[in-house]
Amino acid sequence: MLLITCPYCEETLPEAEFAYAGQAHVIRPENPSGQSDEQWEEFLFIRENPKGPHFERWRHLHGCGRFFNAVRDTVSDKFLTTYRAGAPRPDLASLGGDAK
Amino acid sequence: MNKPMSSEPEVLAESAAVRVRLAKPCARLSLRARGDLAPLEAALGLSLPGKIGERCTGGELEALRLGPDEWMLHLPEGTVEGVLSSCAGVYETLPHSLVDVSGREVTFQIDGARATELLTLGMARDPESIAVGEGRRTNFDGVTVTIWRDADSAYRMDVWHSFAPHVLHLLETGCRELAAEAV
Repeated sequence: MLLITCPYCEETLPEAEFAYAGQAHVIRPENPSGQSDEQWEEFLFIRENPKGPHFERWRHLHGCGRFFNAVRDTVSDKFLTTYRAGAPRPDLASLGGDAK
Repeated sequence: MNKPMSSEPEVLAESAAVRVRLAKPCARLSLRARGDLAPLEAALGLSLPGKIGERCTGGELEALRLGPDEWMLHLPEGTVEGVLSSCAGVYETLPHSLVDVSGREVTFQIDGARATELLTLGMARDPESIAVGEGRRTNFDGVTVTIWRDADSAYRMDVWHSFAPHVLHLLETGCRELAAEAV
């Protein structure tokens, strides 16, 4: 079982308390009606599928209930870091581990 | 179903190892607020716990912080109206949500020498990580429950009504199993 650090509870807890919530940092356009079909397709459906560090959202569903962001290495399944929603992307180089 | 409520907690499962009782009904309030909480704390008559999992009491009121802006308040039945009206007075200065959820949950009181072990049957996290006098919302056998640790081996568990029979079934089985091992 994965162990995930909740940045709000500041505790490292079993994965069973958490729910995965897709790719992080997908930003809704400020002016939706100004978007072309291709841009909408990009926003709604096109997601990254990296081999390596992946920025993703998690929710501490059976706990504080908050969404937060995490960087997980999709090869080793290790969490490199977790950080609060709204915080900027952390610098991958500073995370060390298996990050490239 | 409609039998009268007794004043003593009803024993639901008991063995040599651990005992599970149904706590007397109490009033429950769900509070959501953010910003400077001072006016709300003055209205409630207690200082709200500042860290997730911490508890505070003020008079008959007991508060547990569940999330960054969320608290659960327990208080005796019949005192809800007063608390709601005094907090309504500070709504203009500090908008918040204070909702009476008394009818939503039941509380199991779990105590006995091996109470902590009983909890491990359904919990993914270590019950020992909840310090005495603290509480947490967590997952027990697939159900979201709130655990209050009152003493080294005395817990309270708030469970939503609809999940209570499911949770109690595991607790009953666990009571018997822990006692069988102890022989």
